[in-house]
Amino acid sequence: MNVDGMILIGLLRCPETTASYDADAWNALVSIARAEQLLGTVARRLNGIAVPPEIAGILNEARINAGYQRRAALWEADCARRALADIESTVVLMKGTAYAAAGLKASEGRHIGDLDIMVARDALSATEKALLAAGWEWVKPDPYDDAYYRDHMHELPPLIHKDRDRMIDVHHNILPLTAKPKPDAVSMMAKAVLLDNGLYVFAHADMVIHSAAHLFADGELDGGLRNLWDIHCLLDEFSADDFWSELQLRATHHGLWPAVHLAARLAHLVYGTEIPRGWRTKHWQDRFYLKRFTARDAWGRGTRPFLRLLFYVRSHWLRMPPLMLARHLWKKWRMG
Amino acid sequence: MHEFRVQVGPARFRIGSVWEGPIRALAELYRDYPTPTITDYTVRLESVSFLRRYIRPSVAINGDFMLPDAAPLPLAFALLAGEMAMNVQMALGWRRHLLLHASAVEKDGKALIMTGESGSGKSTLSAMLGHMGWRFMGDEFVLLDLVTGEAMPFPRLISLKNEAIDEMQTQVAADRFGPLMRGTPKGDIRHLVPPRDAVQSMGVPARPALLLFPSFGFDAAVRPVAPSEVFARLTQASTNYVALGESGFRALTGFVKAVPARAIDYRNGDEALMLVNQLWDALT
Amino acid sequence: MPALPIIYLRAENAQLITEPLDALTVIYHRRSGTTHIVAEPVPQILACMGTAPMAAADIVRCLAALFDVDDVEAIIFARLEEMAELGIVERVRA
Repeated sequence: MNVDGMILIGLLRCPETTASYDADAWNALVSIARAEQLLGTVARRLNGIAVPPEIAGILNEARINAGYQRRAALWEADCARRALADIESTVVLMKGTAYAAAGLKASEGRHIGDLDIMVARDALSATEKALLAAGWEWVKPDPYDDAYYRDHMHELPPLIHKDRDRMIDVHHNILPLTAKPKPDAVSMMAKAVLLDNGLYVFAHADMVIHSAAHLFADGELDGGLRNLWDIHCLLDEFSADDFWSELQLRATHHGLWPAVHLAARLAHLVYGTEIPRGWRTKHWQDRFYLKRFTARDAWGRGTRPFLRLLFYVRSHWLRMPPLMLARHLWKKWRMG
Repeated sequence: MHEFRVQVGPARFRIGSVWEGPIRALAELYRDYPTPTITDYTVRLESVSFLRRYIRPSVAINGDFMLPDAAPLPLAFALLAGEMAMNVQMALGWRRHLLLHASAVEKDGKALIMTGESGSGKSTLSAMLGHMGWRFMGDEFVLLDLVTGEAMPFPRLISLKNEAIDEMQTQVAADRFGPLMRGTPKGDIRHLVPPRDAVQSMGVPARPALLLFPSFGFDAAVRPVAPSEVFARLTQASTNYVALGESGFRALTGFVKAVPARAIDYRNGDEALMLVNQLWDALT
Repeated sequence: MPALPIIYLRAENAQLITEPLDALTVIYHRRSGTTHIVAEPVPQILACMGTAPMAAADIVRCLAALFDVDDVEAIIFARLEEMAELGIVERVRA
């Protein structure tokens, strides 16, 4: 059986295809979906569809996990809201937590790791002080040993809460200062939308733009299928006649139209997302992205190493509290 | 990839390896266990690099769930690598029960659960009891049903360490043991296949009746442990308590209120067995 | 210690599951998914706080009868602040 990530894409596009799965197909699907952090999304897509009892147990586990991550992420956002109540800036939630807080389809079953927020650049040091006062600590002992973050990044060095063991990334823009496009952060903040919980999320167009920028510029293409699923869900949910022109206008304003156009084309190619006819232009490199996104074998292993190298940007490890115990046990299993 | 599938308690594993040896060894030791078709977790015993598959071969421990700082082991310890990888899947993946890092044995439908630090002897005690009239339920994880509160067995291979190897070799036939692995990072290791009844009844749960916190190396003593302390210690002994949320809280408070708990100190196996039997008769 | 000018709001009833075990009580907070192990007078403070925001001074009055100690005000204020840190109660602006 020659399986790759296409099996996962096929399921997300049309959950009914699982009717033809044999045990090998299910085993491959589960491992690939776990590797792509999409098993919770798979579980959502398979709601109400008959599956073998063993798979029902696995999907139920994925639903419990997604519920836990959602609860923890929203609570962490609330903790940040309370800690930052007095700073002179809008506090905008980003990525997974934003989708969950805004009740968007992209958040259904989604894996959510660190908390990402954006504040005004001139409120950065007040934000930093307020977080440190409320129990967050630098992940690295002396984050300013290298002035790298201050001078070149679009975010503070990562902070972690000492009791809750959860990371927060504080951004003041959606791309590093060194990147070529210079998104208009001030305007993004000004157009952000207030939620019932007292926090903000980006307006629809800016949310898609950030998601696209994250897919290519900021994040590792490793989570490509997951990030692209976000974009598929956002475009699908926001889709309206005037949305598309607004999206193109805003993306152009931020210098990110190429990224947004590519993301929309890939979402159309991979997940069949409805995008305007005029956006469906042919580009030779799109197929390479698809090859890269689907580079997994039936054991969940990454394949196509040269293609991976081509797309390699950087990676970082997401922390979660149970990991601490698991690590502790691991040392014990190893060391006795 | 060479492939081996096995079911332990309610959990089904698919284990793949680039080497045939570890797969054959696992199949031999897990010969009494059922072979599932669809599996819950995939474990991969891979070579660190292409060359290291042949030269000083070294096993990278990978799978659906992985620890970022998991150092590889020499190929001679592949059985240990497999055991650790299966543990990681359970610790990070299992959400169908409240998972306790504990050992357990059963008598008359009631479970004795033992938990404690490494070196407390909980694993050896469960192996000894499991060969003297009790049913062995597991030496690493106990799975508490989130609704009924019953303990579900997870009778993986018993992982004997150092002195416990000699101790059990005097009691159990040689063909129940795996190869002796000398000088692993945790000392000498030898796997023991659980008694046949433990494997045959691995789908049969038991009602928790007594919780013990054993400590090895102190004069014999028994102390009651307050429910709130039991609660706190068991949250520390569970890798999925937090993720389970409210159902984990309800299962754990139910357990703590229903099950008497004692801390026991002992200097040798006979002393421990005597204390266990005394407490079992008095409290259950 | 300030002269208790602060008003606190307790998490809704539905958000807290309280389970007394012995001298200590365990509390599960649904919204955060966190479990707290607490001692007296925390369960009593939570019990006396209604659904409406309550001034710290009123909470002290409500509990003074239960706890006949000199520095009851300081103790209750300290516990309220800890609970505010944990998010079980919230400081509300007057």
